[in-house]
Amino acid sequence: MSTLQPPVLAIDDLRVEYPLADGSVFTAVERASLVIHTGEIHALVGESGAGKTTIGNAVMGLLEKPGRIASGTIHIGGKPLDPNKGSAEGVVLGRDVGAVFQDPMTSLNPLFTVESQLTETMRAHLKLDRAAARARALQLLKDVGIPEPQRRLKAYPHQLSGGQRQRVVIASALSCDPKLVVADEPTTALDVSVQAQILRLLRDLADQRGIGILLVTHNMGVVAQIADRVTIMHRGMVVETGPTAEVLRHPRAPYAKALIGAVPRIDARLERFPVIGEEGKGRAAEARAVLRSKAERTGAIADGGPILSVENLQVEYTTRGVLPGSKGHRFRAVDGVSFSVNSGEVFGLVGESGCGKTTIANVVSGLLKPTAGRVTYRGHTIAGEGMVRCVGPLRQAIQMIFQDPYSSLNSRMRIGTILAEPILFYRLASSKAEAAADVARMIEAVGLEADAAQRFPHAFSGGQRQRLSIARALGARPKLIVCDEPTSSLDVSVQAQILNLLKDLRDATGLTLLLISHDLAVVRQMCDRVAVMRNGKLVEEASAETLFSTPQHPYTRELLSLVPTLDRIRGEAQAA
Amino acid sequence: MLKVFLSRLGQAILVMLVVSAVSFVMFRFVGDPVASMSRESATIEEKTELRRSLGLDQPVVVQYGHFLARTLSGDLGISYRNQRPVTQLIAERLPATLELVIVATLLSLALGIPLGVLCALKPNGVAARGVQALSLIGISTPTFVTGIVLILVFAVSLGWLPSFGRGQVIDLGWWSTGFLTASGMTSLLLPGITLALYQLTLIMRLVRAEMIDVLSSDYIRFAKARGLPARYIHFRLALRNALMPVITVTGLQIGSLIAFAIVTETVFQWPGMGLLFIQAVSFADIPVMAAYLLFVGLMFVIINTVVDILYAVVDPRLRARSA
Repeated sequence: MSTLQPPVLAIDDLRVEYPLADGSVFTAVERASLVIHTGEIHALVGESGAGKTTIGNAVMGLLEKPGRIASGTIHIGGKPLDPNKGSAEGVVLGRDVGAVFQDPMTSLNPLFTVESQLTETMRAHLKLDRAAARARALQLLKDVGIPEPQRRLKAYPHQLSGGQRQRVVIASALSCDPKLVVADEPTTALDVSVQAQILRLLRDLADQRGIGILLVTHNMGVVAQIADRVTIMHRGMVVETGPTAEVLRHPRAPYAKALIGAVPRIDARLERFPVIGEEGKGRAAEARAVLRSKAERTGAIADGGPILSVENLQVEYTTRGVLPGSKGHRFRAVDGVSFSVNSGEVFGLVGESGCGKTTIANVVSGLLKPTAGRVTYRGHTIAGEGMVRCVGPLRQAIQMIFQDPYSSLNSRMRIGTILAEPILFYRLASSKAEAAADVARMIEAVGLEADAAQRFPHAFSGGQRQRLSIARALGARPKLIVCDEPTSSLDVSVQAQILNLLKDLRDATGLTLLLISHDLAVVRQMCDRVAVMRNGKLVEEASAETLFSTPQHPYTRELLSLVPTLDRIRGEAQAA
Repeated sequence: MLKVFLSRLGQAILVMLVVSAVSFVMFRFVGDPVASMSRESATIEEKTELRRSLGLDQPVVVQYGHFLARTLSGDLGISYRNQRPVTQLIAERLPATLELVIVATLLSLALGIPLGVLCALKPNGVAARGVQALSLIGISTPTFVTGIVLILVFAVSLGWLPSFGRGQVIDLGWWSTGFLTASGMTSLLLPGITLALYQLTLIMRLVRAEMIDVLSSDYIRFAKARGLPARYIHFRLALRNALMPVITVTGLQIGSLIAFAIVTETVFQWPGMGLLFIQAVSFADIPVMAAYLLFVGLMFVIINTVVDILYAVVDPRLRARSA
């Protein structure tokens, strides 16, 4: 039966071009073909700039101007898409094609209620009246598993959690029973446990309603878990396509092999991440050797003793009450957390968003004051009760790397100035010239060319910027670097390079790292010891090996079981 | 909601206290009232007596207290020039200015918002480019030039509209309105347009910039992906988001229109607050100036409070934060 039906989506030899201002043409997608049948989830994978989102947009007719379909065809449910109009005859966007976007925080309009945003689609396409649309919206919210749907209908987006918002977005994509859903990174902005729920929901929709899903993602684990077929893209070209198990187990194209190899594994620890071509190794090693000799002179090399200890730390946020003087709500973000980090080790702090891990990072680096408890650095209290008066020199020893490399470098300053700032601030160089030499060494140590100092941050990619953030942190000659989700906004291959860099720097200079991440696989690869947090409390602390092989706490076990990995490939598990 | 209201009210009272202090100080620094009120040949005893009867011998704080009490009871003193209560003078002039400002604001919103949306939707269209170019002229031409040109064309050459005054007005209680007579309405047109021109360009440019921003946001892309009609997306969804800053700017602009419609009122000999103020300045009529200062302060405070509350009404996120 189904073979007689036309495929839900058929893309053949698609080419998408963006004419540029200087008259040349940028080709975003070239010779792309794929077919999605009823009830099939087809994953489109690649790194940023690979053209996967462009394909999704082309299917929905949402290509950003002046982008255009230059050649090739797209058939939705057997009907050809008119490249000029961006739509197919008889196919209505929203009714026949549903869309789910990446960030549920921004894809709902903050000024309208959930009900209004759900019903408007149905009223526009199905010509339902208010009451009928409302009843259907209620049913949809139930279908996507939102608790108390009656109440949620009246809610505004900001009153819902990220996972609930994404469910609302999915509900709205489903509202007119589409045959095809284009889901662009639907779980990237979500925690693992929520991600697992959303993925299960998408799989159910495909299996039970027979919806074909084009799943655009960069996460190989997600692909392994729910996709039937996968297409890997690189620089606008399809490099490999086929059934998920086959492609992930036995990739043929070199790029596909490299991409799959770069995915951090959760089952075993590797010395280094396999990386697609590492450059500038010789000079970087030289620069690191200089850093090491400097570190030795200042006695910074790891001795294995405790360097940082957090004792019974408590942080409360207070929201003010209605009347002045009245007590507001208190929210305990960190609740009695204690751990200690030994010098030279990589200590991981993991947990889902809102568990308090970033709050701890902020307290350690002095951005936030604790409500109770204290943090000591080599015996000196740097936060909390009995804090030492002169905390400045101690702060120098603790530097921070932030998550978003785009907003953590001042876009109006040259790299040289940015990197020289900590050096000059802490008077680590006797002259400007010496500082400049130091800056050049830092830049080389993180694997970039020394002429980077003359340029502005916008000239660098995300990965390069994160290298520069690391260089900036190194400039202060720290003993401890607090890394708050250092790679979560980067592509896998870039992530692998940055993590390798951090490992190398640790080995070369005896740095101590406090790594904060939600990505268990990254933590597995990087850390010597790991602490798991939940709702502001520490639930388990153990060496990385022990934690991943024999997790003690049920929450840790749950987290580990939810991580989508390449080992549990859909189709294989069912066959076994 | 209640918290927003209460905290704004507290701030408003604080601001008004400061403004009243400034206006009180004006009496003390701009000349000695005793000198201007007594005869030239008055003896020192007579002057001291006058000073005592005016309460000027008391400590400054006590005097300020009296001033506040008088102000609150509606007594703003007697104009030196007209020898009439200032409150009465302002009450006579207020309707003229307010009606002018209402017309100007409505005009600028009614034209500025649609033009702004037009420019945002088709940024490279002929119409949008034309409007953009004209708006530059509108924003850079001084008000008195626009006013005089309008008088020259429509009043002098064409003779269609009156060039000065309010025309015939009808008294509704203490409020005299020009809205109910033909001559009143026609008289409002030219000064209304003159006053509106700058606001119009401002609102248009603001709406355009905000709209372009909002149109590139994720939730609008998502609305497009749901296949909602373009008109619905632009005018119901996007416009509401784009109007948030317009509320603030319009509020502030209404305040400055009321306070500083002086140039337009002078050009059109409009019997409003601005004209009253200009006359008070040229005659050093301190009670009027002080009362004007208080009045303008009050106006801005009221408008800003209303704007803050409107914000909370339009944006549910602010409501939640205050709850």
